[in-house]
Amino acid sequence: MFFRTAWSLVLRKGGLGIRGIHSPGDTAPSKGKMPPYTNYHAQRSYPMPDEPFCTELNAEQQALKEKEKGSWTQLSHAEKVALYRLQFHETFAEMNHRSNEWKTVMGCVFFFCGFTALLIWWQRVYVFPKKPLTLTDEWKSQQLQRILDMKGNPVQGLASQWDYEKKEWKK
Amino acid sequence: MSSSALGKPQMRGLLAKRLRFHIVGAVLVSLGVAAFYKFAVAEPRKKAYADFYRNYDSMKDFEEMRKAGIFQSAK
Repeated sequence: MFFRTAWSLVLRKGGLGIRGIHSPGDTAPSKGKMPPYTNYHAQRSYPMPDEPFCTELNAEQQALKEKEKGSWTQLSHAEKVALYRLQFHETFAEMNHRSNEWKTVMGCVFFFCGFTALLIWWQRVYVFPKKPLTLTDEWKSQQLQRILDMKGNPVQGLASQWDYEKKEWKK
Repeated sequence: MSSSALGKPQMRGLLAKRLRFHIVGAVLVSLGVAAFYKFAVAEPRKKAYADFYRNYDSMKDFEEMRKAGIFQSAK
């Protein structure tokens, strides 16, 4: 949201001469930027941008803008809706509607996680060096036996799960 | 838009309502988590230590360790 205000300030001060995007009914694009690279962007946290949605108005729309300068009670319902559409691209309901984008995102995330898993598997087979001595099964079993002899964590931890009479893990 | 049939929305006290909801919820959740921890972790742990040390013979324990050969100063 802060980026939007900063961007509007930049546009105004820098005098970049960027026009608003053309109205939905236009055929030829205006001299300004084409959507979506315009300076109009509304979101729930920044719902009323500084520039109106349509700045290139045809004669009929300009007449409506003139009428807007008078008393608003003279505007018909259709005219009010037309003025709203000139100023804003979408209503709040349209702007805030939910989408199914999250499914695509999650799908891609899981896909690339799986791909990474394949890469790491390949690395394990072809790249990793031999296991150090202390990680071989023989060493690890001797290490475990020594810990049990020392009765490490006999109350709730490792040695508490070992049955010293039967010399096996407790069920 | 005078033809709409929507009622007037809630205009005041929005923060107070939200705060009340969340403060009550926070107190309840904290108490719940604390009670759960006490009865699922702390009490069983105290009991386990009490049971272990009730009939603990430290000399017998030492002899077992010595026979297993882990000491350097007492073979």
